[in-house]
Amino acid sequence: MDHPILRAEALVKTYGQGDTELVALNHVNFVVEAGEVAALLGPSGSGKSTLLTALGLLNLPERGSIWLRDRLVVAEGVAQVDLAAVRRGSIGFVFQKANLIPFLTARENVLLAMQLNDRVGRAAAARAVSLLGELGLAGRADHLPEALSGGQQQRVAIARALANEPPLILADEPTAALDSHRGREVMELLKRIAHDRGAAVVVVTHDHRTLDVFDTIHEMEDGVLTRRPGAPA
Amino acid sequence: MNLAWKDIRRQGVRFLLTGVGLGLLFTIVLAMGGIYRGMVVEATVLTDAMRADLWVVQRDTRGPFAERSVVPRGLDDRLRVVDGVADAESFTFATIQRGDVAHPMRIGVVGLAWPGNHGQSLPLVAGRALTQAHRELVVDDSLGLPLGATLPLGDDTYTVVGLTHGFVASGGDPLAFATERDAAAILGWLAPESRRMDPRAGAEAPPSAVLVRLLPGEDPAAVQARLAAWPDVTVWTADEQHGLLLQGVIDKARKQIGLFRVLLTAVSAIIVALILYNMTVAKSHEIALVKLLGGRTRVVVGMILQQALLLGAIGYGVAVTLASVAFDHFPRRVIVTAEDFAGLALLIATITILASIAGIARALRIPPTLILAG
Repeated sequence: MDHPILRAEALVKTYGQGDTELVALNHVNFVVEAGEVAALLGPSGSGKSTLLTALGLLNLPERGSIWLRDRLVVAEGVAQVDLAAVRRGSIGFVFQKANLIPFLTARENVLLAMQLNDRVGRAAAARAVSLLGELGLAGRADHLPEALSGGQQQRVAIARALANEPPLILADEPTAALDSHRGREVMELLKRIAHDRGAAVVVVTHDHRTLDVFDTIHEMEDGVLTRRPGAPA
Repeated sequence: MNLAWKDIRRQGVRFLLTGVGLGLLFTIVLAMGGIYRGMVVEATVLTDAMRADLWVVQRDTRGPFAERSVVPRGLDDRLRVVDGVADAESFTFATIQRGDVAHPMRIGVVGLAWPGNHGQSLPLVAGRALTQAHRELVVDDSLGLPLGATLPLGDDTYTVVGLTHGFVASGGDPLAFATERDAAAILGWLAPESRRMDPRAGAEAPPSAVLVRLLPGEDPAAVQARLAAWPDVTVWTADEQHGLLLQGVIDKARKQIGLFRVLLTAVSAIIVALILYNMTVAKSHEIALVKLLGGRTRVVVGMILQQALLLGAIGYGVAVTLASVAFDHFPRRVIVTAEDFAGLALLIATITILASIAGIARALRIPPTLILAG
């Protein structure tokens, strides 16, 4: 464990009470390092999305602790810092759908993430354009999302996730809405980002065709997380 | 990059039309206030113009604007010799209706004490005051008669020689000023057959009141007390006459308009709140995304508040424009002052800010995880 970006220990999360109680996270431990692309696999309802929202500081566990770059951000289910501020600067999100703001252009969607993190001005604008260029969208920067294809929208969402150069990128089934070709493109892109920029990438996926992209594979079942042995390195 | 403005640009015409709709609502709020003030001014414009210190009317009546009042001829002569009285003049007033059912013409006929009063104190906007003892009228321009127009009333035809503006009775009927004798003839006129059937009828109408002006420094209440012993008259000071008009003649209409205005303001506030709430609900997804990306609360609050204030500003602009253009064409006087415009701006700002609270409360409850729900 040379450079852990994210470390989670003994996360517990339950829904419901009594007979209807469902343990979504059952003492889950999870570590992802800089440059690592980790997959979270599991059937529907296994708890992988709950884990992703917990790691993304959106839906805190009842128990357990989370460290981000050795900084304790959640201790025994209680926030230790301004979680929104941590999300702004340290976590990039990519979703199943691009979730772009429909009244902003591709460039403005990327810029928004920086503006929310108090990064404004020409440098921010130039970075937004540069990121879109890196992702092959140089000519589409001033288009509204409705004028972009699904794959292009997803690449804008990735550019937005990268805008603040976060050490951690969380992706929830980012290829689900894409065909297999586009899906692989997106996964290759996330891998390149992780390796080139030293970011840790955690991806919830059902797509077994792209598992070769991942450095580590974790499987979730009934709230229990296990690391698949012999996963590709 | 201003999110509120970007969103408004997306909504485009819909946002603008919502603002215009609110503007129409605020125009009515403004009009209600203007009509209220107009009623007060119209109710008192004649009594103020007569510049009387005391109104001497029929015993136990509230004067000619409230009910029928008849005082004896020669009462003005009796009053002129009372201590403290500088001048007294007969005053005749009654409302008549001419024209046909489809086009009624209601006129408040005022008799001036010729030759002392020939309308020289009236604020004319065209023409001149009366110069002949008979068959001349000064009328309000709201009657629609131009200078030189003729109007048959009773046995005579009268010529319009002067025009006033905004001189109407408490009911909004335009006033026509004639000499006292002409007014008495107009108001007391009977058809020849009626006069033949009852020779005592058809006499000229007696005066309605006598207007008393006091010597400088004289206390109206003291003279009023002196006249209290006269058995045939009741005396009201100018302030009391003013009060009788406002609290008596137009009181119910005044209160009705006041209440309607309060109701309309409340309805406006509710409508604004609903609009802002629905606008927030429509943006739930975007708000959730901003929160998920770590956006501060003030970013979300600012977006809602800015849109609310802009909506209010559009509404205010529409209301002010419509008020400036349309209120002069209302059948009754609508008086809107600079204070009314300032008050409306304050009201709109207050309504939009308070109404935003509902939208903001909704926005603050939107969980960032809404994004993950698809």
